[in-house]
This record gives sequence, C-alpha cells and structure tokens, in this order.
Amino acid sequence: MVTLLITISLVGSNMDTILKQGIVFQVRTEISENPAIAESFSSVVEFEEFVQAQIDQRIGILGLEEPWYSPQRIGITMYKIMLLDFGHATFLTSDEGSSDVKDILFEKLPRTILLFTTATIIISIIGIFLGALSSSKVGSIIDRITSSFAIISSSFPVWWIGMLMIFLFAFTYQIFPARATPDIPLSDPRYIGSLLYHMALPLITIVMIGFGSWAYLVRNFMVGIMQEDFIMAKKTIGIKQKKIIYTHALKNAAPPIVTILALSLSGSLGGAIITEAVFDWPGMGRLYFEAITVMDLPVIIGATYLLTVFFLISIFIADLLYGYFDPRVRRGQ
Amino acid sequence: MSNITPDDIKHEFLKSKMGIAGILILGILIAVSIIAIITIPIETFQEWNNPGKWILNPKVATPIWVNIFMAEKIPEHQILENPNIRVISENEISLVSHQFGLNFDYDDYPNDFIYVFSAEYSDSPLLEMSVIRPDGVKLDLISTSLPYSDTKTVYEERIFSTDRSIKKNLSLQSEKFGFLFERLSAEDIIFSKNQTNEPLKGNYIFLINLYGVNTENQISESKLIIGGKAFGIMGTDELRRDLAVGLLWGTPLALFIGLVVSIASVVMGLIYGVYAGYKGKKTDEIMMRFNDVIYALPALPFLIILSVTISNSIFLMVGFLMVFGWVGIAKVARSMSLQIKTRGYVDAANMMGQKDSKIILKHILPQLLPYAFASIAISVPAAITTEAGLSFLGLGDPSFPTWGQILHDANTFGAAARGLWWWIIPPGIMIAITGLAFVFIGNALDVIINPKLRR
Repeated sequence: MVTLLITISLVGSNMDTILKQGIVFQVRTEISENPAIAESFSSVVEFEEFVQAQIDQRIGILGLEEPWYSPQRIGITMYKIMLLDFGHATFLTSDEGSSDVKDILFEKLPRTILLFTTATIIISIIGIFLGALSSSKVGSIIDRITSSFAIISSSFPVWWIGMLMIFLFAFTYQIFPARATPDIPLSDPRYIGSLLYHMALPLITIVMIGFGSWAYLVRNFMVGIMQEDFIMAKKTIGIKQKKIIYTHALKNAAPPIVTILALSLSGSLGGAIITEAVFDWPGMGRLYFEAITVMDLPVIIGATYLLTVFFLISIFIADLLYGYFDPRVRRGQ
Repeated sequence: MSNITPDDIKHEFLKSKMGIAGILILGILIAVSIIAIITIPIETFQEWNNPGKWILNPKVATPIWVNIFMAEKIPEHQILENPNIRVISENEISLVSHQFGLNFDYDDYPNDFIYVFSAEYSDSPLLEMSVIRPDGVKLDLISTSLPYSDTKTVYEERIFSTDRSIKKNLSLQSEKFGFLFERLSAEDIIFSKNQTNEPLKGNYIFLINLYGVNTENQISESKLIIGGKAFGIMGTDELRRDLAVGLLWGTPLALFIGLVVSIASVVMGLIYGVYAGYKGKKTDEIMMRFNDVIYALPALPFLIILSVTISNSIFLMVGFLMVFGWVGIAKVARSMSLQIKTRGYVDAANMMGQKDSKIILKHILPQLLPYAFASIAISVPAAITTEAGLSFLGLGDPSFPTWGQILHDANTFGAAARGLWWWIIPPGIMIAITGLAFVFIGNALDVIINPKLRR
C-alpha cells in the first residue's frame, strides 16, 4: 500500500504537468478554431491575458491550482483510482463509442491477455522444458544451440523481428495478414477463427524471440541445482536421470522460476507497446501508444495505474508463492 | 568471487571464443564510428531531417551492390558534374554549350533526371536542352528563355524531367518512335528504343546551350542528375536520404547511449547498494524500500510519458534510462556487500578507525569490480534497444537520428508493405550486432565470475 501511494505521488507531479499542458493546448486550439474570438481583441497583450484567464479558470475548475502533493488532492486521486474511476477520455473511445476510460481499458485488456498472456505461457512452457533438457546434458549440442539462440535472440528487438515477419510472411509470401485486427464483426461465428488467424503472426514472433532467454534462465538455475549434494545422492541411489530432472531438480528450481513467471505474466498485461504498434494489435499497448500520440491524459493515467497495480499484485503473489515453494524463506530473515 | 585477480580474468577471457568474438565486433563498431565521425561532417548529419539537403538523391533507391546479383541491371544514380564546355561567339550571338556524356548500360529506365544550373547573364538568354542518343537520334527537350534582367545577375534553377514542356516537346517529335507516348513519362521515352518501349543502352550526350545576344553569358554551376533506382552502399529512403549516412552515424550514437547509460547506472547502483548493505539496519531498510518503489515503476510507459512531457533531447533520454537502470544492480550489490562486510579485513579496517567511505571505496568496491564489468556489458543492449524502441515510436531526438528513427520512418512510409528491405533490415541488424557484441563480452565475463555456470 505504501508503495502504491508513493507510486501515485511519483506520477502525480507528472500528471499535473500533463493536465495543465493539456488545458493550455485545449484552450489554444479552441481559440484558433474560432477566429472570431481572436479578432475581438485589439492588442496581443490583451489577447494573451484572455487566454491566460481562460486557462486559469479551467485549472481552477479541475482543482489543479493546489499543488499535487497537497493531502486533499492525493486523497481524492487515490480514492478515485481505488474505485477505478479514471474519468472520461478526451479523444479516444472504445469500439462501442464509450469515452469512459474504464470501458476502454476493460475492452482492450482481454485482447492483450489473449495475445501476450498466451504467448508468455507458451514461452514459459517451451522455455522450462528446453532449459531442463539442456541442463541435463550440459555441453551437448542441444545445450549449445539453446544457449547461443538465447544470447542471439536477446539482442534483437522484438518489434524489428515483427517488421521482418510482416515483410516476409504478409507481403513477400502472403500467408498471414499484415494487420492483426480481425475484420469480421464480433457476432459472426467465424470470428474466433479469424481472430486466431490474425493472432498467428504476432504470436509466432513473440514466442520465437522470447523462449530462448527463458530456456537459458531455467538452464542456469537447473545447472546450479544439479550440482547439489542431494541430486548426487539420488544419482548414486540409481534413480533415473529423467525422473531426477523433472521431479526433484525442477521442483527445487521452482521458486525463482515462479517469481519470474508471475512478473512476466503481469508484464504481459501491458502488452508490448511497440510490438502492438507494429502488428496493429488493438490491445493495451496500442491504446497506450495512441493515447500518448494524441495526449489523451485520462487514458494514459488510467492505463499506467492499472498496470502498476497489476504489477504490485503480481509481486505480492510471487512473494507468497516463493514462500510456498521454498519454506526456508517463510520466516523473516 | 574474491580470489579472482584481474590477470586471471584476462587470461580466462582470452580463452573464451565468445569473449573474443564480442571484442572483435566491438572493435569493428568503434572503427566504424571513428570513420563516420571523421569522414561524414556532423553538419551533414544534423541536416538529416531537412529535405532540401537531400533533394539531389533518388527516392527509395536500392543499394548499388544489388546489381551484382541481378541479371537485369538497375540504373544507378549518377550525378554528372564536369561537362565539356565550349564557348562560341559569332557576331552578336554568343553561345555557351555544356555537354554531358552518359554511358547508360542498364535494363531499366532511370527514375527521372534533373538539371541544376546557375547562370550569370544579363538581358534574357535562351536555354536549350537536347539529347543525342546512341542511335543518333537527336531529341529536343526544352527551349526556354531565362527571366529578363537589365543588369548582370545570377540565376539558379532546376529543370526536372517532369517539366510539362519536356513532355510537350517530346510529343512533337513522336514520329521518331514506333509506339504511343500517352502515358509514358519523359525519361521512359528518352531512354527507349525506337520501335519498342524498351531501354536503349549506349552513350548518350546531353547538350545544354545558352544563347545570348550581345552579352557575355556564363553557366557557373552545371550539374546533370540522372535519377537512378540504385544509390550508394545502403540505398536511400522515401525522403531521398542516403541511408549509409544514417547507419554510419547511428553507430557512435548507439555506442554513446549504451555505454553512458550502462556505466552510469552500474556505478550508481553499485554505490547505492554497497552503501545500503554496509550501513545496514534502518538505512538499509529505507534505501531498499526506495529501491523497491523505483523497481515497481513500469519503465517503458514512464519513459514515454517523460519524453513526451519534458523533452525528447537525447541527453535527457540517457538520463531517464539511467534512472530505471540502476535498481537491479543495487539489489545485487547490496547482497554482495552484506557478504563482504563480515570478512575479517573489513572489521580490522573498521577497528583501525578508517572512515566508512574509505572502507567502501578501498575494500568493498574493488571486490565487486568483475561483477560490475559484466553487468555493464550485459546492460548495454537493453539501453540500446530501449532507445531504439522509443525512437521507433517517434519519440527520438530529431537532431540526432538513430537507427530506431530510421526504422520509425520506414514504418510510417510502409516500407514492409512496399518491399523496401534495405530500409528495414540494415538498421535492425546494426542494433542486433551492437547488442550482440556486448552480450558476448558480458557472458564471457559472467562465466568467469560465476564458475557455477561453467559446467
């Protein structure tokens, strides 16, 4: 809770500047759209004074003249955020046309979960098994391929691979559509098929880039555990290598893996802003990007809060799980 | 951890192939940046977003070396600058004639041609442009009088192949050709065979004549640009920019961003973590809570908000990246210093009354140096890709175009849909190679520091 409060107050100063800038911008555009107002002033000074007065008035209405750190402001903001009341978006609307930020966010969230959370789950499953496999045969060909693939794939930006994939599989060989947004209405029974078809290219890209580093991570944990005495003991007893790896060693490697899994799952909710922008996937990431490009402040703030909250919750859950899997950390230090 | 000496590290490092490969790539990149800084003046580079600077280059031209692999040669972009100049004065009429020879040996028409000149004249001279083709046919292209002037004046103009009077002049000479002109552009006609509309190879001569009456005229600057479809080592983009310039200059920038961000954040994290770990108790608790707060902030969204609201200057972006970079290192450094703190020599130093700052600097930090170097190397790629990502979203510093910005432009102009691979692939490969160099070095160091991984 303390962390949440501090996070909010950290965003606070930024939020205020954004809001104030937004107001200035709004006033200026309104005036420039309506030349009659500008013409009714005799001097530039007078005009500027009028603009300033307008801005001040609006700042007053929104209660922005108090600094963001005043207890009243923070209290109100906190309270509103708790109730998921982010206000109304300035420019963006949800597909149904609602401009309520909450509606927009909850419309985009499932799509992001569909793509990125699926991808994260696939990545972690492939990663865990590949990692376990290569840790069982350290120095083998599989191990080397996994390690070098992990290293190489980690230095490529996902969105660039995305551009390449679009270039290759959407235009050169026309297998997948370039835009990831399905073009069939939701009510159509073929919608799901179309959605999966449109999802394929981004999904493949994300999985391709992601699983290498997962495998490498798991491998490194496992290699550490495989050197411990109890594994040696089990080997000497004569338990099969496979059984040791998949039951005993993997269980012991679970705590850090679960932590990372929880963090990457919550991270996946934000969608990768850039990846979604490349594939035109209508999820949280693209919403975020669109909100930033048109400076739609309530949406930016709402999305940031939502993601931060998810992030904190998942850290909390990860901590709990860590205690469950590794009883050693259950009591304080 | 503590019993590895620098010599050991050097020795082990030279044994690992990966480390050597990383150092090699890094060396090449540094060489490239030095070459870029020396050969390409920074002014050229800062004009990157000024379309006027690049007007003489072709649009979306492929790299020249593509021709090596192609059966049908793509016309290269040619800038002809040194014409044969003849000056003839007969009676009252003076003639300045500039001749450009062009060996055209490609299987496609050029994109366009532009004649750039500046003439010094008085009165109103007549400018004629014509072309003599390899098959001997002479085509008149344009015949225009320059604006009248009483005094001696300098006049600059560009004649484009899209000029309507060229097309008009050509259609007056359509009896020389065996096909219809209707929809063809000027260059498709000039460089075409007589009977069929196919490119005609051979030597072309472009003639530019300036006739004046009673005056001394001069063409001081004279350039003929045959707009090809291939240009330079890396080709050009939609805005006619030479991608080689952008790619070359991107190297020092990426290295600068990556190194500064990672070194600064590692140093910050180390000092912060070690201090917290060494002090322990309340200080440790408070500092680590603060650390957790920063850790909980989603980095990319915040970077975007910061660069939108505050400024998109490259130096500020480096600063922002640092703010998010030091957290993880601080955590590890703290736990390491907790271990080192319990060693006898630290206690001894403490008892001898040495200052805390001295103990930290002299006894604890040196122990963490190998780890520090490894994490510097490992965090460089992240810094570079994050910057590239921000630039890709269009939030980069326009006065210092990076690889990410080239990709941003590529995306906005739909390079993927149009098959402009030379615009997409090289910047990404450069990002990846730079990242790879550091990942290699980092991993090689990592293996040395954590002997557990070696098996």
